[in-house]
Amino acid sequence: MLWLLILLPVLTALLIALAPGAMSRSLATLGSLVTLGATVVAMATFDWASPAAFQLGTAAGDNGVPLLPAFGVYLTTGVDSVALWLIALAALLQPLMVFGSYTAIKQHHKTYYGWLTLLQAAMIGVFAARDLLFFYFCFELTLVPMFVLISMFGSSNRKKASIKFFLYTFTGSIVALASFVYIALQAAEANGGTMSFSIDVLQATAASLPASTQAVLLLAMFLGFGVKVPVFPLHTWLPLAHTEAPTAGSVILAGVLLKLGTYAFYRFTLPFLPDAVLAYAPLIAVLAIVGIVYAGLICWVQRDVKKLIAYSSVSHLGFCILGLFALNMAGLQGSVLYMINHGLSTGALFFCIGFMYERYHTRSMNELGGLAKKMPVWAFFLGFFTMASVGLPGLNGFVSEFLCLIGTFQSGALELGLPAGTTGPLGPWFAVVAGFGMIVAAMYLLYMVGKVLFGPEKEPAGHEHHGPLPVDLSLREIGVLTPLAVGCVVLGVYPKVVMESLEEPLQQTIDVYESRTVTPMRPPLSGVGRDETVATHAGVALSLTENAAAAAMREGVER
Amino acid sequence: MTMALEMMTGVLATAGVAAPGSAEAIVDKLAYLVPEMILFAGTCVVMMLGLSKSVAVRRATAGASILTLVAAGIAAALGPSAMPGSMLPNIMVFSKVMIAVVGALILLTFAGTIDREFEDSVRRGRPFDPIRANRGEFYAFALFSLTGLMLCCSADDLIWMFLALELTSLPTYVMVSVSTARSRSQEAGVKYFFLGALGAATFLMGFTLLYGATGTTQLFGEVSIASALNAERVLYGGLSPIALAGVVLSVVGIGFKIAAVPMHFYTADVYEGAAAPVSAYLAFVPKTAGFVTLMLLLAAVGWGVGVTPATTDGEVASGAISMTGGSLPEPVRVTLWVMAALTMTIGNVLAWLQTSVKRMLAYSSVAHSGYMLVGLIAGPGVYAAASGDPETLAGGVAANGLAAVLFYLLTYGCMNLGAFAVIASLERRRAASGSAEGAEEVDSVDALRGLCRSNPLLGWTMVLCAASLMGLPILLGFFGKLFLFTAGVFSGEYVLVVVLALNSAIAAFYYLRLMFYPLTESRDEHAMEGVKASPFASRWVAGALSAGSVIVLVPFVPALTDAADRATQYETAVEIESGYERAASIAAYQELLEARRAAAEAGDEAAPPPAD
Repeated sequence: MLWLLILLPVLTALLIALAPGAMSRSLATLGSLVTLGATVVAMATFDWASPAAFQLGTAAGDNGVPLLPAFGVYLTTGVDSVALWLIALAALLQPLMVFGSYTAIKQHHKTYYGWLTLLQAAMIGVFAARDLLFFYFCFELTLVPMFVLISMFGSSNRKKASIKFFLYTFTGSIVALASFVYIALQAAEANGGTMSFSIDVLQATAASLPASTQAVLLLAMFLGFGVKVPVFPLHTWLPLAHTEAPTAGSVILAGVLLKLGTYAFYRFTLPFLPDAVLAYAPLIAVLAIVGIVYAGLICWVQRDVKKLIAYSSVSHLGFCILGLFALNMAGLQGSVLYMINHGLSTGALFFCIGFMYERYHTRSMNELGGLAKKMPVWAFFLGFFTMASVGLPGLNGFVSEFLCLIGTFQSGALELGLPAGTTGPLGPWFAVVAGFGMIVAAMYLLYMVGKVLFGPEKEPAGHEHHGPLPVDLSLREIGVLTPLAVGCVVLGVYPKVVMESLEEPLQQTIDVYESRTVTPMRPPLSGVGRDETVATHAGVALSLTENAAAAAMREGVER
Repeated sequence: MTMALEMMTGVLATAGVAAPGSAEAIVDKLAYLVPEMILFAGTCVVMMLGLSKSVAVRRATAGASILTLVAAGIAAALGPSAMPGSMLPNIMVFSKVMIAVVGALILLTFAGTIDREFEDSVRRGRPFDPIRANRGEFYAFALFSLTGLMLCCSADDLIWMFLALELTSLPTYVMVSVSTARSRSQEAGVKYFFLGALGAATFLMGFTLLYGATGTTQLFGEVSIASALNAERVLYGGLSPIALAGVVLSVVGIGFKIAAVPMHFYTADVYEGAAAPVSAYLAFVPKTAGFVTLMLLLAAVGWGVGVTPATTDGEVASGAISMTGGSLPEPVRVTLWVMAALTMTIGNVLAWLQTSVKRMLAYSSVAHSGYMLVGLIAGPGVYAAASGDPETLAGGVAANGLAAVLFYLLTYGCMNLGAFAVIASLERRRAASGSAEGAEEVDSVDALRGLCRSNPLLGWTMVLCAASLMGLPILLGFFGKLFLFTAGVFSGEYVLVVVLALNSAIAAFYYLRLMFYPLTESRDEHAMEGVKASPFASRWVAGALSAGSVIVLVPFVPALTDAADRATQYETAVEIESGYERAASIAAYQELLEARRAAAEAGDEAAPPPAD
């Protein structure tokens, strides 16, 4: 089943390459719809009763397709619910991106749709891989299509953006590859010399390595995956790439590509290197928080709408990382949910900006204003997705952001099964500072909406009409945005559909940490007492003990 | 050079005395040299074909030389698979077949390299003058050089090795000089010759010292450099200074052939000065010669002795498997380590600064040599050092650094040729003259812009080859690099592997240009003014074939790595000259060391110095 999901886009891309250019668009549409259908079938056949088991791919006991057996490289696949949801996200966004590009892409259809479709195959491959090298193949294969999309179809500064994107990610992941090979060596040593890159085998080996070795491996993986996410000091490629990419490129970048990084953190870093993660989680969390606040502040001064959304991605994914390294159920659930939610809402925001850009050929807030009067439908969608992104209760962003913060707040001994009295990797202070990020997000996003949608009507000088495009959104464009809006509402009101299925696999990750103790390598920042309330620090009226608060919150969310 | 030759004949005379059995040994040896003999015969035929008055016969030169090479390849594949007595007995077949295949591809690009104007003038009615016709010589030189390369693979003697290396190189000096009519080619040829002579002198000096240290020029066997050096390592814990100096000088000197730092200076100028097909030839042939001889030489020095996993009665004790195999004597290892790190870094950084594709590829060829040196340091892996049974011991194929080098040579040969073939297939003609005169190569990176649209075949060839050179999965080049990665990690060279990883990232900076200028840029009208595809179709056929191989060979990677692994099966069962007592295992070795130490402490004379 998973092979089908990977091969369908590949076949579509091949067809696009062979067929005349006039057919590219329809082929891409057809291919993406078929893949979406296949994904729906895959989700229907998935056994939701045991969401932690890896299903739909290589059968248990089967080695998979031997790619390089002497090196232990087999093409093995399998998904748990986490991976399946992310595949669903990629499959959902694909047809929307194709629809959304109908008018924006005017030449080189073959190149554009071909690479766009190939990109989908690589992304699904990343989520479906059960072999570390197969994962790495797919991880790297996303680079070329994305490079071509930015470099050929982007705006003025696209060359620089695409090169920066490629080199950052390539450099990071090749260092990560070195760490994979090292783990494989250790695994071979432990298993009497048989090489294997199977994730299960490597996980067992890596988790038992000494903490100091794990720390080095963590650094390597952090370089590899952190660039992709991107985590604070490694983020500089992203705003440029996002801003210069064509609309669909930005959507796929924000929607799925960035999640490859967080997914890799979830899938590899957390279970592979528990000792190092426990020791350095506070450090990584600090970087994440710096990213949240710093990128948020940058957003605030942006006048380029697209750049603003791009920086907001850096800020938002900081929450995602924070939730992951909280190492408890609330944090992990929030984080995985955030991956999906961010894909929906930020992807949609990029669509909105793209539709506007097609009409006005500017992204500057200074040149635009009061568009709500002229384009009410578009204004509705922009406002809606902004609210989802800000974290308005009732929409999806709220649930995940809040869970991440709760997880961070209560990250501690109880959740980890550590002896009472010891603290977890993160703590209230982290949540408090990160909480500022939410406020900042509200400030810059609402500021942007206010500037563009309301106030005196303003259009770029010399702009008279939109050319062939209607004044407000066409039916096609509404059709692109509506599924995303529906997704935002559903996941905001009833997140249980996703959350429940996530619990089991996430519990397995937490179980890895069950018997670990925190080694004293932690920076002093995390030494805040657990019983302190945040009320005095954040001005939030929370006087309950944190556990009770968290329980209440989760219940509320589930309801 | 004459001095060197005199010295050599002297050594030859001495070595002849010590060499075991004479006539029979030579006849036995000839059985391994069938491919070389075929090549040599072909060389003579080709030389005459090129001088024929008939155009059709002259045209057949290229075909005849390619056929000869294919025949030699087949002969190598069908011939004896192992050379008894050698420590790398199986290396011949794999390397000779590889040489034949890649060599044939390179010969395809030679079409029209040197005799284009001459043939044009003949076509316009000028009488044929055999003095001016140099097509035959050109192909003959290439075949001579390939003969030398194949001889390198079956070398088991220092003299043989030296002659084979020089037979590989000498024709290339001429090929560089005559490859174009420009004076730059002659300059490049002279530069290449003098620096080549320096390199040759260096490793000849090394060989001489090795002979002095061991009393023989035989590499393997009962009375050989291998047995003498191993005995030194086992009995005295290391090599004598004179042997060490010999090995290091040889390694550095042969470094010229592979364009490794500090012998890399010629690379860019020579590659740029020579015609692109000849540059492609230089990037593969001398490099392969250098790596094969380095493997054979270092095999004699030995990776295993001293750190073999503990054995009892020849069997591997359970639980005592060491994942890190043996290593070279420390000074040799350090020399190679520094060479590897500098070679890849300097090569990549300099390549990054180039705007000429040929210079870029030249420095990248330096960098790739650095990558391959990692495999050389890693050695054949642990199992070879112990029982020789790849199944029972850890790591298997993935730990075999020598196999990684052989495999990488193959991948590098394929993908690099494609890149050069694209350059060879683009030419600019001076607008005024309608004839072929003045057709010159287009060497600027800018000329590649938009190539995928203006000439899809050449464009995609460049894209695929550059992506593969960069090491992008899932192309062939990635597997080559992965193999080096695993071998390096398994031998415990973590730092070097990180250097390798970082260098791959630096390399991405310039390969990205080669890869995406054709793919995503739009055509640069200024740079492309008057540029046309070369009329010699075999050039772009060669490019397309090598680009195709970058993809098509991927499913065969397991088979190829296995073959490379078998080819580098390392035999450590060296009989040691009587008078030396062989320590069978680490334990015995350590006992010996203890005894020596005790003796020294007891106030005795220090242990007798190793043979000098």
